Formats: sequence, C-alpha cells, structure tokens
Amino acid sequence: METYYQPKDLSKFGEIGKDAPELAKKFFEYYEAVFAEGELTEREKALIALAVAHAVQCPYCIDAYTQACLEKGSNLAEMTEAVHVATAIRGGASLVHGVQMRNVATKLSL
Amino acid sequence: MANTVDQAENISTLYANADSSLIEPFGRTLFQHNLTLTRGETTTLQINVGLLCNLFCKHCHLEAGPLRDQLMDAETIDQVVDYAARNRFEAIDITGGSPELNPRIENLVRKLAPLTSRLMVRSNLLALEGPAWGKYISLCKENRVIIIASLPSLNKAQTDAQRGEGAFQRIVAALKKLNAVGYGIEGTGLTLNLASNPVGAFMNASQIQAEKRFHEILLKKWGINFTRLYNFNNVPLGRFRRWLQSRGELDNYLIKLAGLFNPCSISSIMCRTSVSINWQGYLFDCDFNIASEQYLGGNKIHVSQMAGLPAQGLPVMVGEHCYACTAGTGFTCGGAITA
Repeated sequence: METYYQPKDLSKFGEIGKDAPELAKKFFEYYEAVFAEGELTEREKALIALAVAHAVQCPYCIDAYTQACLEKGSNLAEMTEAVHVATAIRGGASLVHGVQMRNVATKLSL
Repeated sequence: MANTVDQAENISTLYANADSSLIEPFGRTLFQHNLTLTRGETTTLQINVGLLCNLFCKHCHLEAGPLRDQLMDAETIDQVVDYAARNRFEAIDITGGSPELNPRIENLVRKLAPLTSRLMVRSNLLALEGPAWGKYISLCKENRVIIIASLPSLNKAQTDAQRGEGAFQRIVAALKKLNAVGYGIEGTGLTLNLASNPVGAFMNASQIQAEKRFHEILLKKWGINFTRLYNFNNVPLGRFRRWLQSRGELDNYLIKLAGLFNPCSISSIMCRTSVSINWQGYLFDCDFNIASEQYLGGNKIHVSQMAGLPAQGLPVMVGEHCYACTAGTGFTCGGAITA
C-alpha cells in the first residue's frame, strides 16, 4: 500500500454495509435525505459539504464534493469562497480560545 | 430481440477502433438489461448545415471551427427541403457549426418554416455581429423560429474557458438584444431556449434545478429572460475526447458515464424519433453518429434517395458515446428525461 488513501476506494464506500447492513442502510438513507433538495438547494448543500470536507480534511469528501459542486452548477470562485468559510471557522475556533488563555493568564498574573 | 441486439452490436464495431475496453460495449449493456434500441416513429428532422463555426469550443464533438469549410450546398439544401416536404415532421432542428455562417441559411429557413410547426435553429449567439445579426434575428422572428442558444454557465470564467475569451459578455449582450425584440418574453410567442453543457469532465446538473437557477440569476444580474433551459452531457467524441485524453481523464469519464447508465432513458431517447442529415446530405440516427460516422442502419443513404421516414424497428447505431445520452436522467433533444 503506497498510501492509506486510494482514489478508487471512494467507489467502495457501499461495501461498508457488508458486515453491518442495517446500520449502513439507515446511514445511507439518512445521507440521501440530507442532500435532497429542501429549504436549501442541492447546489447549496454541496457547497456546505465541500467546506466541511476541508474542515475535516477528508480527501474522499473533497474529491466527491468538488465534482458534485461542479455538476450542480457551482464555479471555482464560489467553491474557493466556501473553502475560505471553512478556513475562517477553523482559524476562528483557534483564535477564540485565546479568550480562555487570557482568562487563565489574567487570573494568574499580578 | 437477440438478433436485433447482435445487429446493433455488429454495426457498432464500425466505431470499435475508438471504443474503450474499460467499459461494457453499449450494445451489451442494453442486452444485459433486456433492452433494445430501435427506431420508433420519426417526428424530428435535424439538419446539420455545416462545420464552419466562428468558435473553437473544447467540447465540440463535431470539431467545428473557423477553418472548417464543409458547408451544405444549394443542391443538397433543395434536396433536404424536398425531403421535409415529402414527410411532415413535427419539429425541424437546424444545427452546425454555426448555422448562421452558411450563406444559404435564409433560403433554408424560409422554405422549411411552412413545413413544420416547430422550426428550431441552434446558435452560439456570436457568429454574426451588427446589421448581419439584426437581419438574422428578423428572419427568425418573421418565421417564428425557435432559437436554441448556447450558454454553458452563469459564470464568466467557466463560459470563456469553454467558448473562448470574452464569450460570456458577448453572449449576455446578445441575449439582451433577443429579449428586446421579444424572444424569451412571455406572451410574444417567440421562444428562446438555452442549451448548457458541463464545462469539463463532469455530469450535467439537474435540469429542473439548473433551469430555476438560470432564470433567477440571469434576471437578477442582467435582466435576461428565456423560455426553457436544456442540459446536455458532453459526448466523448471529437475535440472533447481528445481533451479528455490530454488530461488523462478519458477512462474516468467513460467509467462515470457507463456507471450512470439509466435503463429508463432508452424508451424516450432522442435518436429513436429523430433523423439527422449531415452537410453532405447523408442520414444518421443522431448528430453524435455523424461525428462517429455511423450511418443510419449502417448504410450510406443520401437524402435524395430517401423516399419516406426511416423504418420503425430499425436498430439505432450505437457506440460508447451513447452512454452520454443514457447517464442519470439521460437526455433527449428536449433535454432531461422526466424520471
């Protein structure tokens, strides 16, 4: 195995149900329902998924939702902005914890 | 049934030199699904008036472009008109290349308009400019011609990447002009449909959702109206096939198309009910078979020798490019097939 991540493994996702079919069935039905058009369009949901894929840094998800975004009519500028949203939240999540740091430091300092 | 499948399969070997061994031959996939692809009643006549085009689009299966000088001549045009007069078609669809660049287009439009209730012309909207464009639009309006205009994306960068630098802004300007004369405006009876192909090696969007979005964005950003949007997958032939090869994406694209084969698409696929004529006057099941040189029924028949409509039950000539029309929701000449 040259790498833990193999692009062709993405298409094997369904095999995860082989030894726990009921759980897989529930998951995939839920997954399908989540991404169906509702109050948000499928295109909007794909952009959210793309951003989350970058936040959780899942190569499978990045590959799949880059294609999904393009297929649903998004463009590179929109997709790049979505990635920046993920970046801002990840960066912001670190930075906002600086308040805790400051609280502790203030409490301990003269 | 098997005989028909075998026949279609054998005929498709004409194109076998370009087929991929990575996917099932299309005829075999039909057989595995207990399906046959045979002609029904022909209701649409598609006329390809030539390969000359002002653009050099990366996805063009016919490899049309500014240096292609293959144009339907006056004699062939007369023969096509005679054929249309002998057989009443519900719809006649003029395509190219850029149909506007055939110098005999006005003659063709005027002669065909009385012969059908739906005369359509494809247009990239950029072939003519100034007074020539105005004159052409007047011709279309006068003859109640349905205009099918190409707009791959609502995004400038994506559209320009497919159709050439600056194309997007010029298309927007042309659509505004069409609206100004009534095309795409409700109540005028002048139909302006948009045709959209994916701007790369991926599938097309859901037609219903894409149409809704195109309506919203075009109206909001540019005040543009249109009638319907039709989505088409890119077909792995010609220039698009070579582009896929150059990116190392041909196999992935073919596998993706074949993996999305939808058996439900076969009953209403466009090649069952249309017949296409190339610029020389020869008959094919569809425009994609013109690109793959698979003649109607496997025989090189000229329109001047064709008395009636193609026989019902005649096998449609197939190849791996057929997967583009059967992937997902599939498409007809009228866009996505209703699920």
